[in-house]
Formats: sequence, structure tokens, C-alpha cells
Amino acid sequence: MKILVAVKRVIDPYVKIRVKPDQSGVELKNVKMSMNPFDEIALEEALRLREKQIAKEVVIVSIGPTECQETLRNGLALGADRAILVSTDTVHCCLNIAKILQHITLQEQADLVLMGKQSIDGDNNQTPQMLAAILGWPQATFASKIDIDASNMQVTREVDGGLDTIAVQLPAVVSTDLRLNEPRYASLPNIMKAKQKQLDVIPLDSLNLSLKPHIEILAIKAPSIRQGGVKLDSVEDLIDKLKNEARVL
Amino acid sequence: MGTLVIVEHNNQKMHPVTRHVLSAAKQCDGSIVCLVVGFNCQSVVTEVSTTEGVGRVFVADQANYEHQMAENLAPLVVALAAPFQSILVSSSTFGKNLLPRVAALLDVAQVSDVVNFIDSKTVDHTIYAGNAIETVRILDEKNLLTIRATAFDSINGSQSPAAIEKIENNIALEKSKLIQSQLNQSSRPELTQAKIIVSGGRGLQNQQNFQLIEQLADVLGAAVGASRAAVDAGFVPNDYQVGQTGKVVAPMLYFAIGISGAVQHLAGMKDSKVIVAINKDEDAPIMQIATYSLVGDLFDILPKLTEQLRSHSS
Repeated sequence: MKILVAVKRVIDPYVKIRVKPDQSGVELKNVKMSMNPFDEIALEEALRLREKQIAKEVVIVSIGPTECQETLRNGLALGADRAILVSTDTVHCCLNIAKILQHITLQEQADLVLMGKQSIDGDNNQTPQMLAAILGWPQATFASKIDIDASNMQVTREVDGGLDTIAVQLPAVVSTDLRLNEPRYASLPNIMKAKQKQLDVIPLDSLNLSLKPHIEILAIKAPSIRQGGVKLDSVEDLIDKLKNEARVL
Repeated sequence: MGTLVIVEHNNQKMHPVTRHVLSAAKQCDGSIVCLVVGFNCQSVVTEVSTTEGVGRVFVADQANYEHQMAENLAPLVVALAAPFQSILVSSSTFGKNLLPRVAALLDVAQVSDVVNFIDSKTVDHTIYAGNAIETVRILDEKNLLTIRATAFDSINGSQSPAAIEKIENNIALEKSKLIQSQLNQSSRPELTQAKIIVSGGRGLQNQQNFQLIEQLADVLGAAVGASRAAVDAGFVPNDYQVGQTGKVVAPMLYFAIGISGAVQHLAGMKDSKVIVAINKDEDAPIMQIATYSLVGDLFDILPKLTEQLRSHSS
């Protein structure tokens, strides 16, 4: 079985983001970038499936500017066999990303696509479901457990209020949630080895996909900042305020 | 050109988030049609048809739809989509699982977590865990939107029943099926619906101490929440988690106890009406946004608070 893992380069989760004053976007200059944490979990799961000899090959793909090669090298250092960058300087909506991934999935003849349930920049939580739709494949979103046996897969999904376990036929798209696993760190020898691994750069234009814009971003604004209130001295004060000032008790 | 609202339900009751989606739908053009897809879901249909503002109810009641899987719900919604300018669903796990699949089949974009309507093609939605608000214009003919329930009021009024139309389209479920559903049973209110939430963080130190949170919650009739740190430490199950990767809540009263207030947690609760923070570190981020804060040892404060509230209420 061949697994394709889609990874996105995003602002590091531990960086506090700054919205630009002119509302044109979020400040990316001199900001630490990382692999989207949910995608790291997807890659870890793919590597474990290869270690259990369920998967033969793990290919990672990213879509974006040249800098994404750094993210892919990191993925290769973690253990992916091969990497593909579909290079483009345009920011695409989820539907167009899904169409690009559809092309790569079919070209690679992947049996399973693993990716994070959302990226921590746009928070859209759309691309895996869209990819599954246009491939005509079933989907297993928000996965916290994956069991594969021949062409059948059982996935436990984190849904509001509990867990659902579904059986899904392969090929399929699985989107990963936080509790699926704990990703490994890259070792120094593997970081060195990753430099020799294959990383193909495919210009998006060369794929001849017909992609049109579906949404236009007009502004990115900072949310209104909530003003802090009063520091109280005692439990009695607190109960008094909640009853008589806020009137919520 | 009206609005189609996909109803979230469990074949017995409409989920309360749908009432918030209906309030969002009122801000779109045209009449509101609700779609109920499920199996033996007549009680849901009755509830929906008598909810204020609903113009018509489409019902697809088939065994194939019992577990509401995206693989056959999406093509059903696509088959019904033609007359509607907007299709709305809650940005719950149900809505997020379904609507992108519908959008891709219709070859249109979808906008997630809508919090505000500017005009019929322009909306605000949250990105970066709520640390930024993005205004987007939809260029496609249709607007497919998941609605963040906490940003819209709940519609609680009733009306005489709206017209009900049966949808015969019965799409088989071929490549996926539900094996098991484990829903967490709790006598406490559901997090996203609770008027009061008591949340605990790493400051509780262990699972045993988390009972202090539960005792306070029970005195107040509140739901119990937790920070990601508390979930990761194994104090409570994952579905207690409030934050970017957990539930987004906006109750009347939110207690953050032993929670420092990481960005990811604040994203899930900062729209609460009144926030009470109890923490030993007066510089913790949560203290900067709390309506009322108490600095001190939560193991001293919490039992006192619970005891005094208990004597107040009795």
C-alpha cells in the first residue's frame, strides 16, 4: 500500500501571530515556520503503518512557494521516502488545493491519503473532505485511531459528545486529530540522510489544471481585545460581584 | 433563491445548535427551508416545522441515512441544492464533516466558522484560532457556510407547523458504515449549551483533584470543561476540552480555574459574558481578560467557594 501525506507549511504553533495594521494579512516576515501540527500527526501515522509493513511507501506532498522545500526536508528527516512540491506563489482556496491533491493522488496511485483535519492558519477543516468528494472516495475525518486489515480500515473519529467508529473501504482519505499519536523527532543522522532523498519540484502551471478563484480575501482584522476587569480579594467578594454586579448567579 | 439549513439531530431531537444556525439564516436573503435527513426522525421534523421562521421542511427519512454519513448525505444535498443561494449548517463535527463534501461536489467554495454577515456575498470568519478575523467575498453563485453557533442568538420561538415535503431520493451507503457510537453519558449540561461552565487546568495537578471542579460545577448546575493541558495530562477525557482544538463556548459565566490561558484555550472561551479566573499567578494571560480574578491557591479557594455557594443556594 502506498500512502500520500499532504503537509502544509504554517506559522509555528508557539508563535503569537500579529495581524498587519493595514489589514492585508498576518505578519510572516522573520516568523518561525513549521509543519502544520495536525499534518505531523498524519505523517507519524503513515510512518507507523510502514513500520508495521502495512504500507510500502510514504510520499509527502506540499503545495506552495519554494520555502516549502524546508518543510518537506523535515518530513523526509522524520522518515518519509520521497517528497513532491507543487510550486506556486499564489494562495489557493481549499477547493483548488483539493483539486491539485487529486491530481497528485491519481498520478502517484496512492491507496490512502492522510492529512491533518485542519491547518492551524486558516482553520478551515475542508480540504480532506473535498479531496475525498472529488475522488469519489469515502472519508474518515478527525481520526483518533486507525486499524487497517487488507482493503478494510476501521477508524475511530472524535465527534462532538464522544467517539464514532466507522469501517471504510480503501482507497480513502483520512484526516487526523490530535490524539491519534505523538509524533517523533528527527534524529541527526536522519536529518543528514534526508538531504539525499528525492524531492521533486513540479510547477503548478505544468499540471494544466483549470483552477479559478472561488473566494476573495478582503481584509484580515485583529479581533477586539477583551478588557480585563477587577482583581478581588476574597471568595465572599466574588460571590457578591457575581450576584449583585454581573447578576449571573 | 432561499436558504437551506441542514438540521443537526440524533433522529429524536433537533440539536440546539441548529437554532443558532436558523438565526444566522435569517440574515440571508429569501425564505428558510430546513432539511432533516435521518431514519425514523418524525419527532425531529415536528420540532423543526414548529420552530419560528422555518418556511418549509424537507424530510429524507430512510434507513440508509440513519447514521448521517457524509458519503450519501452529500449527494442528497447536492440533488436538492439548485433553488438555494445559501446552504448553512453548524460548524460542529457534523457540519464540518458534511459541508465541504457538498461544496466540492457542487464545485464551489465553502467558508468555515462564519461569525458575521456583511452583505449577501461577504462574511467574516475566524482564522488562526480566533486570533484574526478574515473578511471574504464569495465569488461562486452559491454560499456554503458553516456557522459558529456562539456568534448568533438561538431562535426559541414557535409557530404553527410549516409545510413538510417528503424527499424520496434514497442513496445507498456503499463504501463506509458506522460500526459503533460511544457517546459520553453525563448528567451535567452539554458544554456548548451550558449557561455556566467550570473549567480546570494543569493547576489541578491530578485526576483526583479534578473532583473539586466537578463539585463546584454540580453546585452551580454547570458543565465541566478543561484546558488542553489538563486533557493531555489525562485528568479528563478529550471531549471536555475547551479551545481551538476542542469546543468553542460562550456561556453567561465561565470559571477558569488553574488555567494559565494559553492562546489556544482563550480562543475557545473569550466570548463568554463573564469570566472568573482563579490562579496563583497574577500575571497569567487568563488574568488579563477575566472579568473577576482571584489570586491564590485554588486548593484553598475552591472548597470555600463551593461551600459558600452551596449554603447560598440551600
